[in-house]
Amino acid sequence: MADPAPFRPAAPGTQPPYDVPAYLGTRKRHPLQQPVRLDPTLTEANGPRFTPALFPADADLSRVDGHSAQGQRIIVAGTVTDEDGRPVPHTMLELWQANAAGRYHHPADQHDAPLDAHFKGSGRVFTDAAGRYRFLSVLPGAYPWPNHKNAWRPNHIHFSLFGPAFATRLITQMYFPGDPLLAYDPIYNGVPDAAARARLVAAFELDLTEPDYALGYRFDIVLRGRGATPMGI
Amino acid sequence: MPIATASQTIGPYWHLIEDPSWADLTRLGAEGERITLSGTVTDGDGAPFSDVCVELWQPDPAADDRFPGFGRSRTDAAGVYRFTTLKPGPVAGRGNAIQAPHLALWVLGRGLMRGLATRVYFAGEPRNETDPVLGLVEDPARRATLVAAAAGPGAWRFDIRLQGAGETVFFEV
Repeated sequence: MADPAPFRPAAPGTQPPYDVPAYLGTRKRHPLQQPVRLDPTLTEANGPRFTPALFPADADLSRVDGHSAQGQRIIVAGTVTDEDGRPVPHTMLELWQANAAGRYHHPADQHDAPLDAHFKGSGRVFTDAAGRYRFLSVLPGAYPWPNHKNAWRPNHIHFSLFGPAFATRLITQMYFPGDPLLAYDPIYNGVPDAAARARLVAAFELDLTEPDYALGYRFDIVLRGRGATPMGI
Repeated sequence: MPIATASQTIGPYWHLIEDPSWADLTRLGAEGERITLSGTVTDGDGAPFSDVCVELWQPDPAADDRFPGFGRSRTDAAGVYRFTTLKPGPVAGRGNAIQAPHLALWVLGRGLMRGLATRVYFAGEPRNETDPVLGLVEDPARRATLVAAAAGPGAWRFDIRLQGAGETVFFEV
């Protein structure tokens, strides 16, 4: 059997380092030793498969038991491709977020903002054959966190993706355009490359927006590919 | 050419997508040699790290309808994660090599901007001596961080030290 093709190394600055001094949580949690480079084996080149039959999709975070959550209703949609530009079909996305007031439906979140009985804040969707996904939610609120004085996380939605291999696994956050808190957020700014950061910000799109119903945001996601390293990188 | 989307931390609230049953990879009725794998995740101060998401993926036994091959466990207040799964056998490596039985782990948590990839091997396995991935780690003390210790019948212990003394070997694929 042919050896699995190597995955393309990250272009410089496009992935965050483990040590981000402004993000205090990284200080005692980043390894001091360099990672060991490993050419992929079957272990890394294969990965788990999830199907809606065993892992039912839940593409509507905006309602619980038929009751609408408080907040600005939004549609989030996009395409999942790999670095070679090919769609990633039938892959699972897991989603979670704070409610419109900036509070997670989670016992550890003690922020003094109201919970919403009609918002639990998690979902699961699958890409179609062309790599497209879509879900409904409400605009998540900003919330304070104890990283530094007057620290607030920008509005964001957490994404978890699997792709075709364990090595393509991705956890990220989607942000919203024009959010003034982005400039102050050490997690967002932990990505050194400005263009790579900007790609974490969804685009408002009138074409995705539904009249009298919800605002539309596009967030396209790229998973690691195996093509040759582009010249110059 | 498109560039891969940047990673961001999983944060403290990922339990919203957690299904605790996923920590048992035998829950769908898989048959085989059942084992538990557990350990403590500690930070650079040696302090237990709670709310970590530890993910497990194994290439053997092959995943099927009764064995997902994938699991997810959170660490508790004492920093302890725990999986129940099937003991893997040897699998093919690169260039016709044979890899010793192993599991792949991915460690995520608040303060981790990216997941950390490591592997779990099993103490006493003769193939460990010739495993090509273990062989990448020259320092025997570092290599030992990749080997789980027997902790009773069918029980294996694998601690994960993120930083400093005894730091676990992490891989970049």
